[in-house]
Amino acid sequence: MTDKSNDPNQMTGAAMIVRALIDHGVQHIFGYPGGAVLPIYDEIFQQSDVEHILVRHEQGAGHAAEGYARSTGRPGVVLVTSGPGATNMVTPLTDALMDSIPLVCITGQVPTHLIGNDAFQECDTVGITRPCTKHNWLVRDVNDLAKVLHEAFYVATTGRPGPVVVDVPKDVQFAVGTYHPPRKSDVHVSYTPRVKGDAAQIRKAVALLAAAKRPVIYSGGGVINAGPEASKLLRELVDVTGFPITSTLMGLGAYPATGKNWLGMLGMHGTYEANMTMHGCDVMLCVGARFDDRITGRTDAFSPGSKKIHIDIDPSSINKNIHVDVPIIGDAGNVLGDLLQVFKAEAKKPDIKAWWQEIAKWRARNSLAYKKSNDVILPQYAIQKLFEATRGHDTYITTEVGQHQMWAAQFFGFEEPHRWMTSGGLGTMGYGLPAALGVQVAHPDSLVIDIAGDASVQMTMQEMSTAVQFELPIKIFILNNQYMGMVRQWQQLLHGNRLSHSYSEALPDFVKLADAFGCVGIQAIKPGDLDGALKEMIKVKRPVLFDCRVAALENCFPMIPSGKAHNEMLLPAEATDEATAAAFAGGKALV
Amino acid sequence: MNQPASAYFLEERHDPNETHTLSVLVQNEPGVLARVIGLFSGRGYNIDSLTVSETESHKHLSRITIVTTGTPTVIEQIKHQLDRMIPVYRVVDMTITGRSIERELAMVKVRGRGDSRVEALRLADAFRARVIDATTESFVFEITGNSSKISQFIDLMRPLGLVEVARTGVAAIGRGPEGM
Ligand SMILES: Cc1ncc(C[n+]2csc(CCOP(=O)(O)OP(=O)(O)O)c2C)c(N)n1
Ligand SMILES: [Mg+2]
Repeated sequence: MTDKSNDPNQMTGAAMIVRALIDHGVQHIFGYPGGAVLPIYDEIFQQSDVEHILVRHEQGAGHAAEGYARSTGRPGVVLVTSGPGATNMVTPLTDALMDSIPLVCITGQVPTHLIGNDAFQECDTVGITRPCTKHNWLVRDVNDLAKVLHEAFYVATTGRPGPVVVDVPKDVQFAVGTYHPPRKSDVHVSYTPRVKGDAAQIRKAVALLAAAKRPVIYSGGGVINAGPEASKLLRELVDVTGFPITSTLMGLGAYPATGKNWLGMLGMHGTYEANMTMHGCDVMLCVGARFDDRITGRTDAFSPGSKKIHIDIDPSSINKNIHVDVPIIGDAGNVLGDLLQVFKAEAKKPDIKAWWQEIAKWRARNSLAYKKSNDVILPQYAIQKLFEATRGHDTYITTEVGQHQMWAAQFFGFEEPHRWMTSGGLGTMGYGLPAALGVQVAHPDSLVIDIAGDASVQMTMQEMSTAVQFELPIKIFILNNQYMGMVRQWQQLLHGNRLSHSYSEALPDFVKLADAFGCVGIQAIKPGDLDGALKEMIKVKRPVLFDCRVAALENCFPMIPSGKAHNEMLLPAEATDEATAAAFAGGKALV
Repeated sequence: MNQPASAYFLEERHDPNETHTLSVLVQNEPGVLARVIGLFSGRGYNIDSLTVSETESHKHLSRITIVTTGTPTVIEQIKHQLDRMIPVYRVVDMTITGRSIERELAMVKVRGRGDSRVEALRLADAFRARVIDATTESFVFEITGNSSKISQFIDLMRPLGLVEVARTGVAAIGRGPEGM
C-alpha cells in the first residue's frame, strides 16, 4: 500500500475522468452540475487544462457539443448529473446518433449500492440511452474506468461516428484506483470498423463510371465525417470525371456551391435539376449518404434506370431502403482515394455533353425562383442578403428546423465542409442556438450564425444566457414568420388549410428579450432595412438576437409531394392552388 | 394508389417472408442481451425463438441463437444491425449456410388415468421422449428434436391431458469440423 501512494496513476475516479479528457486532447466540455457529479466538478475546479462551459439546460450542452464536433471533426464532450440531467440528454444523443456525430457524454449515477432502489435522482441511464447511443457503459469498479473512458472515445470517433454514454456512480468517482493512459487493448476486440474498400468492388465501380452516359454523384454527411481530405478527393473526382454532383442536407459544403458541376441539394426540397438528374441517371455514385426517405421520395420509382454504387462505412446502410448494384464498405475518404487512383489509371473522362445539355434544360426552370417584394421581406431574400453580407467572413451556419432550415440550405452557398450544422435525421427544433454556442467555443474569432425560426428558437432560448456569460458572440438570425411555417405548409397542403395550433401566438418581443439577456437586439421589418441591420449584426462583437420579420405565408418550394417520385416535383411557378391540390391528390383538397 | 395525407411514403412492400436461424457470438457483458432484444423491438423485427447462454466462460463469450421471420431485405438488415453492435463478434446465418443442425428441448406435463395415460406413454416412446417425473396420475416427458417435431408431440398430448410445456427455444450448430 505504501508504494502505491507515490504512484501517480493512483487517483480517484473523478480525477481519472479529468485525466482521460486531457489525455484525449479535450479542451472544452459542456455541462451542468448536480449531486451525482460533484466529485468531478470538484476536479474540474482544480485544474485549467479543460475549460467547462456551463449551459442552462442539459439539452443545450448536448447540442453545443454536437456543433463543436461537427465544426471541428473532434468529439464533443458533455458532463451531466444523474436522473433529470441524463434524461435531458436523450434528445441530443438521439440527434447525434441519427446524424453520426461523435459525442462522449459522462453522466453521474447514484452510488452503486443504491442502484435499483429508486434512489433520489436515480434513473436507468444505460437502459434509457441504449437505443440512442452507439454504445454505453455503466462503470461499477473504479479500476475499469480508465479502460472504459478510452474505449468510449475510440468508439465515438471511429467507424460511423456516434454518441456514447459513460455512466459513473458517485462511489466510483470517490474510490481510488489505477489509471492508465489510452492503449490499444482498451478496445473491444469485437469492434473492428472497416476502413478500406474492397479492391474488386472498386474496379467494378470504376468500370460503371467510365461507361456512364448519364452519371450523377450523390454525396452525404459521411464525406464530411471522413474529414477534409475526403472532401478534397470528392472534388478531385468531380474534376476528373466531369460528372454532375448533388448532395444531401448533411453533405452541403463537401463540394463547393460555386463549383461548376454543382446541382444544388436533392430531395424533398432540393432543386429540380438535382432530382431530375437523380431520376434520369444511368449510373449513380452515392458516397456517405443513406437513401433516407426525404431523399428518395417514392422508393419504387426512385431512379429507376440506374446502376447504383454505394460507398458507406456502415454495412447496415447498404440495401436498407434502396437496392444497390455495387456496395463498397469503407471510409469515404479512403475509398474515394482508391477509386480515383483506379479511375485515373484505367479510365478516361466519359463524354457526357448530351447529359449536361439535358441538365441545363432542367436548370433553366429556375426551381428556386420566388416573387420579390418591396414591402415585405421574403425569407428567401433574407437568406440571400445574409449570404452576401457574410461573404469574406469566416462564417459558420447552424439552423433550427422548419422552412427557414430548408431556405438556408437552398439559398446559402457553402464552399467548405464543417461550415454547416443542422439537425438532419432527427429534425430537432432547438438544435441551432446551442449548436452555434458550441461552434463559437471552437472558433472564437469566427462569425457564427444560427438561422432560426420564431418557434424553434424558443425551445432552447435560455442558452442566450450562456452566450452572454462566456462572451460568445453568436448571431441568432430569426426568420420570424409568426408561424410554425413548416407545419402550416403541411396543413395547407394536406389538411384542408385547417391551421391547427401552428400560429405562433403570443410571441415574445425578441428585441426586448435580447435586452433582458444582456445581448443585442436588432429588428428588420422592410427589405430596405436589411443591409444596414445585417451590417450592424456582423459588426457587433456580442451575442445578437436578430428579429427579421418576413412574409408570414410564404411556402417552401420546390417540393416533392409525399408518395411521389423525383420527376413529379412541384415547382414554385406552378404551385397555384389547383396545381398543388392536384399534386397532393389523395390528400385533402385545398380550398 | 391514393395514399392518405402524410409526410411519409406509406405504401409498404410485401415480399414473402422467410424464417432464418442466426447464431450470434457476443461478449458476455452486462446488458448485452438487452441490446439484442432492444434492437429487435426497436426496429420492429420478429423474434420467433431466442436462446442464450455463456459458452466459453474463460473468454466471456456467449452464444445467442435467434430464429426470426422477415422479408429477405429485413433479414439482411437484421444481420447487419446485429453485426455492428460493439459487443458482437460474429453473426452467422445458419439457414443460408444450409449445413446446420437445430435442436430444441421441451418438458411436457401430461395428466390423466386409464387409456389416455397408456396412450401418452406409447406416443412418448414413439417420439423417443423420456419420462423424467411420474405420479399415479401424471408424467413429465423430456423431448429433444427440431421444433416441428416438438410441436407435433405437444399437439398429440393435448387431448390426452396436456397440463403445461416448457421449451428452451432453438440451439443451432454447423455440421462438419469447422466452428462459426
Ligand atoms: C422538437 C420538435 N418538435 C416538433 C417538431 C415538428 N416541427 C417541424 S418544423 C416545425 C415548425 C417550426 O417553426 P419555426 O421554428 O417558426 O420555423 P418555420 O418553419 O416557421 O421557418 C415543427 C413544430 C420538430 N421538428 N421538433
Ligand atoms: Mg416560423
